[in-house]
Amino acid sequence: MDALYREYILDHYKSPRNFGELEPRDVEFRDRNPLCGDELGVHIRLEGDRVADLRFHGEGCAISQATASIISEELKGKTVAEIAELDRNFVTDEIGLELSPTRLKCGLLSLKVVQGALLGTEEWPGGTPDTDPRPEEVARLRNEI
Amino acid sequence: MSATAAPRATLPRPVEEVRADFPLLASRVNGKPLVYLDSGSTSQKPASVIEAIDSYYRHSNANIHRAVYELGEQSTALYEGAKQKVADFIGGRFEETIFTRNVTEAINLVRYTWGRQNVSRGDAVLITQMEHHSNIVPWQLLCQEQGATLEYLTVDDDGKLDLDELDAKLGEGRVKLVAITHVSNVLGTINPVKEIARRAHAAGATVLIDGAQAAPQLPLDVAEIGADFYGFTGHKVLGPTGIGVLWGRRELLEEMPPFLGGGDMIKTVELDHSTWNELPWKFEAGTSSIADGVGLGAAIDYLSGLGMDAVRSHEQDLTSYLLERLGDVDGVRIYGPSSAGERGGLVSFTMEGIHPHDIAEICNREAVCIRAGHHCAQPLMRRLGVPATARASLHVYNTRDDVDRLIDALARAKSVFGV
Repeated sequence: MDALYREYILDHYKSPRNFGELEPRDVEFRDRNPLCGDELGVHIRLEGDRVADLRFHGEGCAISQATASIISEELKGKTVAEIAELDRNFVTDEIGLELSPTRLKCGLLSLKVVQGALLGTEEWPGGTPDTDPRPEEVARLRNEI
Repeated sequence: MSATAAPRATLPRPVEEVRADFPLLASRVNGKPLVYLDSGSTSQKPASVIEAIDSYYRHSNANIHRAVYELGEQSTALYEGAKQKVADFIGGRFEETIFTRNVTEAINLVRYTWGRQNVSRGDAVLITQMEHHSNIVPWQLLCQEQGATLEYLTVDDDGKLDLDELDAKLGEGRVKLVAITHVSNVLGTINPVKEIARRAHAAGATVLIDGAQAAPQLPLDVAEIGADFYGFTGHKVLGPTGIGVLWGRRELLEEMPPFLGGGDMIKTVELDHSTWNELPWKFEAGTSSIADGVGLGAAIDYLSGLGMDAVRSHEQDLTSYLLERLGDVDGVRIYGPSSAGERGGLVSFTMEGIHPHDIAEICNREAVCIRAGHHCAQPLMRRLGVPATARASLHVYNTRDDVDRLIDALARAKSVFGV
């Protein structure tokens, strides 16, 4: 129908990679999307300062679940410092599409919980608009979609 | 329930004509005619409301009260005339009808005034699991502040309250306030507020009703319901945003301290104290949303012109149709009472294998506006065991064709997701 629900996204939604629990693990974190209350958690095992393995768990919409699945492979092997630098562009590049202002948090929740687990941060990844996006943000995304 | 026994009034004009009164409903989205099924969030506005606001600013704008010149008298008459229309619409008296910003402010007004004066350590405030956050959070804050406890009536699997549980809670003798929604914004349940008010009063409790979802679609008579406070918001009753209503019983309003201090709410101001204006102005500090009040008056005129019995009948018929069509879609689960007679004009549902956000997103591609999420009712979502639902909500301008378009969009969602 359109880019948002193309086969690539739906495949990751229906068969998410790296989902479940991870034993043993070094750090974990859970958070929710304020838009809908969906919860997503992550378990991470470290080797030195690198992510050796990770698992997501929770439920959510196609965008939040597919994004978690898609970025999970990319995050393995990255250092904590590298992951700290990741922002909204990392996610939208990985999934290959821009998200509307209201769906951005669906897409960024997985990166948020990973950064929360590794860095103890409560903030959303860089480039996340407020829940109420600014007018220029809305206009920009409307043009891109 | 009185709603089921109501006479079957019909709209004085065909619904297509009613629909044509709402300019926005002629819009197209993605090349398709707009289907608006989110009136539970906010209603669309008839041209008469838009024109009343426009005309106010073009021809009547001046600050209300105390203006000696004619323009000011005209704006005062329009604004207070609108308040009188609202009072008549709900069966209340003018001096008991306070304009607020919305129902949230109406509830918070009661929290800060009556609540602080009457709820103290050891007391309880009783609400229900089906409340909107606006009728939960103010009471959480009040109870924390006063050392009182907040208690909840449970919701059964059919989306209803159990009045025996109400009696049991009241019987403990600690409940000072029962604050309850008239119509649930998620389940659609019409609560038996008259009976609840009767039982609460017998136990010495005060009663506040959140009428946000009821005022747009049910004939209302606050005197008959017998509650102490009744709040609703203008933008859901075809009026503008920025204007809401708190109706309260005069004896209570007179005893209550003011809410916001400032201009208009005073009688005299000395250096170290002030005295308060008459009702309802004692609770209307500062310059009000005058044009929005006038717009709300126009909305009340519009609804009264159709007749609220007819509005209710139309929405009940359409809700029956919506329940029937949704019930025929494989994998759909509907929440709330099964009979349209026990419901307001909204239906929450989930679909097997498709998250509510994705349902709403695909509906949007088909130019069908529905809401998905927790609907500002997270405790109820936890009770239902779902993170979110999709919700289609109706108003007097909706047609069977709108429902058919929703069902087509759901079929599209199923095909996209392969379920």
